Amino acid sequence: MSVEAIAVAPAEKSDSYVRAALRSPSFMIGAVITAIVLLAALMSFVWTPYYYAAQDIPNKLKGMSAAHWFGTDQFGRDIFSMIIVGARTSIAVALVAVGVGVVIGVPLGLWAAAKRGTLFDELIMRANDLVFAFPALLIAVLITAVFGPGAVNAIIAIGIFNIPVFARLSRGAALTLWTREFILAARVAGKGPVRISVEHILPNIINTLVVQITIQFALGILADAGLAYVGLGAQPPTPSWGKMLADAQNLIAMAPHVAVVPGLAIVITVLGLNLMGDGLRDVFDPRLRRSRQ
Amino acid sequence: MTLLAIEKLTLSIGGVPILKGVDLSVGKGEILGVIGESGSGKSMTALSVMQLLPAGAEAGGAIRLDGADLLGKSEREMCAIRGRDIGMVFQEPMTALNPLKTIGDQVAETVRTHTGASKAEAAAVARDTLDRVGLSAERFPLERYPHELSGGQRQRVVIAMAIALKPRLLIADEPTTALDVTTQAQILTLLKRLVDEDGMGMIFITHDLAVVAGLADRVAIMRRGELVETGPTAKVFRELSHSYTRALFEASSHVPARAPVPPPEPGAPPVLSAEKVVRDYRLPRRSLFQPAAHFRAVDGVSLSIERGENVGLVGESGSGKSTLARAIMALEPLQGGAVILDGETLNAATGASAKARRKMQVVFQDPYGSFDPRHRVSRLITEPFHLLASEAPTGAEREKRIAEALETVGLSASDANKYPHEFSGGQRQRIAIARALIIRPALIILDEAVSALDVSIRAQILDLLADLSSRLKLSYLFISHDLHVVRAITDRVLVMKSGRIVESGPTEEVFRSPQHPYTQELLAATPTLETALASHSAGSAFR
Amino acid sequence: MPSFLLGRLASLILSLIAASVVIFLVLEVVPGDPAQFMLGLNAQPDTLAALRAQMGLDQPMLVRYASWVLGMLHGDFGTSYTYRVPVSELINARLIVSLPLAIYALALTIAVAFPVGILAAARRNSKTDLAVMGTTQLGVAIPNFWFAMLLVLVFAVTLHWFGAGGFPGWQNPWLGLRALTLPAIALALPQASILARVMRSALLDTLGEDYVRSARAKGLTRRQTLWRHALRNALIPVLTIIGLQFSFLLAGGIIIENVFFLPGLGRLVFQGITQRDLIVVKSVVMLLVFAVILVNFLVDLSYALVDPRLRRQR
Repeated sequence: MSVEAIAVAPAEKSDSYVRAALRSPSFMIGAVITAIVLLAALMSFVWTPYYYAAQDIPNKLKGMSAAHWFGTDQFGRDIFSMIIVGARTSIAVALVAVGVGVVIGVPLGLWAAAKRGTLFDELIMRANDLVFAFPALLIAVLITAVFGPGAVNAIIAIGIFNIPVFARLSRGAALTLWTREFILAARVAGKGPVRISVEHILPNIINTLVVQITIQFALGILADAGLAYVGLGAQPPTPSWGKMLADAQNLIAMAPHVAVVPGLAIVITVLGLNLMGDGLRDVFDPRLRRSRQ
Repeated sequence: MTLLAIEKLTLSIGGVPILKGVDLSVGKGEILGVIGESGSGKSMTALSVMQLLPAGAEAGGAIRLDGADLLGKSEREMCAIRGRDIGMVFQEPMTALNPLKTIGDQVAETVRTHTGASKAEAAAVARDTLDRVGLSAERFPLERYPHELSGGQRQRVVIAMAIALKPRLLIADEPTTALDVTTQAQILTLLKRLVDEDGMGMIFITHDLAVVAGLADRVAIMRRGELVETGPTAKVFRELSHSYTRALFEASSHVPARAPVPPPEPGAPPVLSAEKVVRDYRLPRRSLFQPAAHFRAVDGVSLSIERGENVGLVGESGSGKSTLARAIMALEPLQGGAVILDGETLNAATGASAKARRKMQVVFQDPYGSFDPRHRVSRLITEPFHLLASEAPTGAEREKRIAEALETVGLSASDANKYPHEFSGGQRQRIAIARALIIRPALIILDEAVSALDVSIRAQILDLLADLSSRLKLSYLFISHDLHVVRAITDRVLVMKSGRIVESGPTEEVFRSPQHPYTQELLAATPTLETALASHSAGSAFR
Repeated sequence: MPSFLLGRLASLILSLIAASVVIFLVLEVVPGDPAQFMLGLNAQPDTLAALRAQMGLDQPMLVRYASWVLGMLHGDFGTSYTYRVPVSELINARLIVSLPLAIYALALTIAVAFPVGILAAARRNSKTDLAVMGTTQLGVAIPNFWFAMLLVLVFAVTLHWFGAGGFPGWQNPWLGLRALTLPAIALALPQASILARVMRSALLDTLGEDYVRSARAKGLTRRQTLWRHALRNALIPVLTIIGLQFSFLLAGGIIIENVFFLPGLGRLVFQGITQRDLIVVKSVVMLLVFAVILVNFLVDLSYALVDPRLRRQR
């Protein structure tokens, strides 16, 4: 999706954002789903129906029941417990990875925009292109080849890929702002590039960034699941959704629920985040909102 | 004979009334000028005729083209009418053409859409039509793409698209507003000629009274979705019987009362002097193996402004006037020469010091883009306090300075707590002036500062500027493409072309007897109400 | 040659050099000695030294980098530590699975996304549009390997329309294509959803442009303006996304190959990692990066086909 297309919406007062958000069905549905997933993940710290690693071979591959809400896996472990503990792994990996992207990418992008046209800007953009030439999965493969598999390495792999996403987005949005007259006015008032970036540019691109954060968060969940599925993510016994799917693959004919439940968990979480992002985009961009009417 | 009759046209968009019963008519071979300020509904009237209204629009009344009501036509029938019976030309020629199609294809498309003409036949018509609008076959073959043409040339292509099938009615919606004056004059002459040759009726929509006065047989004046007055051009403008027409007329030729420039204090340096300023831009590289070429936007310009003096800088787009302004404001580095502000030389490498910048402020063109939308007025207008560093007023003193600045520009102190979106365009421009005044500079650079405003608002802002200049002994560098405004507010004028100053002198002198051919050309191309009305007795202008 | 093309070609070469340096350096820091790994722990020091010399491991880093790159330019990717055959042979055998899979998936993606995206844009805000937006939102959220498992469950395990995995080779092209169909569908679904959404929004953007209004003023119907004016202009953002998607499809293939037990590059890489056969890992990663950079170069060239402003620089 083009960066410029969603960049820099004229600001409105924040209470009108809240009202628009409450009226946006995609935002509301997405926010509710996301809240439920987050609550479930938080709940897993204090309570799970069973210890997630507790095996109960006699009761293996049981379907859904009052005792085991989502059934049991091939070792008789409670799938519901594994799912909510897995949620916190997935969320943690995706969240930290996006955080890495934002914390490194946004300042780089703002800095490149402030120094637009210089060699520094060119270097940053070329480095971005280079990272884009390595699909995220390849980065993960390289990193695991060097450091071995694990959640931290999954975070690094996904995080590295998020850096150019945020650098590009914030540079693009900042560039259009730098040509605006209120930025010229700030420069005439003697403000330097750092101060202008922090005081004027960042607050005016924050909407765009928030939308992208929810989208990258969703992509992070998907990427984490993919890495865990091929064994490059969190290592057993820590449950993760991708690993659960990998284990379920050979059982799919016998006990489909073992494969269906973790998959649905991923789909619902990603869907919730994407809906929220879409809703936020509409809320922040009055141009889009008007065109929907 | 009546070609188009608009009867009691009403229009609402999403329930908001836009037009409230408009009656207009155009005869065969007649030019109707529709004049109005922003929000008058003049463009929506045109789009109603085309039935190209935005979603959610509801029209009432009748629009009869040779007796047949267009409002009752189906979309299919309207498609057959658009382009064949009614052609339309829009304001912005830079975006009105598809960048991926050749100009020949785009003109031929009008023909192919409505007739069974073959590709070759349509191309032949396109060729003839482009010739008619002044784009000759040798310089403008059909295979040209829009990006290879200038704005004026593109507007000719748009006109060719509209008239290729010799429609009965041509609607031109501000077709020259985005063009330079010399180009504007050529396009107006062309439109007039086409109307005469084809016997078309034309609706010409504009905000500029002088343009319409020279062109239209009859004028209609609109305001807030209603027709104020209509009649023959000369009669309407001579008699000025309606109060709104008179107000518009007066505002567009408004000259603010100004005190004479105080004599310069002996020994005091000029407020601003620029010496042989050079500004180069690097062009994108043509080839990897050649050094990048440079474009000299400002080529050795020297100028000086005394205390209390208002100096105008005029020129067409691309003349380098805005680049010169940015160079003076030390927003961009110089490649040569020096800018001296009140005796202090601005450093070309590091930009200006805070101390030097205090003496100079700026007001930009766009009243909507010149404020950070997230800040309140109090914070917006105190931004220049940054230049005072530790000397910046705080607490009650700061409040006092805010109130003082707002009241100076005709706003009230209580406006300080509002956000910019709560103000109209004219009020925002006052806020911009307040921001410039708050640190009491010696010089304000006004970069097209009144160009985006409606005439009545513009007159008020000009009065304010003239008053501030004489009261505070402020100097202005007044940059504009609009010669009327420059003549009304400046003492001295500089004419810029291709990065150089080609003529300078006292404003009245330059306007009365321009020496340089370019100045003469500019002045001749600029439509004025007086000459246009004078020519109406002897026929019409642009003939 | 137009400067645009030259510029893109230069950036293609620079990107390749930069990528090869990065890959080389990353795998340099890997702990452990490949020669040691090949010979086992109780190898004789002189055998070890001989092998190291044979593998060129005793050379300085710069020399090793240069010989690696020069070798690749001649199609020589070195010798696999574990298989003891030229890496190029291993890659060739796998590439004939992975590349057709990526191209198949891309073709499916485009074949689905274009009509769906155009339809949604043409009938904007209709029920069709709403249904497209809802379905694609779901399609974007489904992990492709999970979708692949569901496809296996339905079409292989239950309906027996397709085999559950494996690859019979290209002796019978029809059977080969059939074996790649479910994997290609699984790869294409999320990408088609993304592309359809991009197509729709790019079309809606261009439909709001001034020149579309000009075309309507000429008497073109909505449908005609969409096909004759909006579509080609909308292709520019769409092409960018297609370029990115090809790289996702190539890399995504690595995972899908696992689901369907396909003998592709992905399996080769994972084996290389577990067996510390780093020269295989290095070569496959470089090859994939080369493919991605090349595709992006081709996308840049196709911009010039679409957009005359890039084609003719005067």
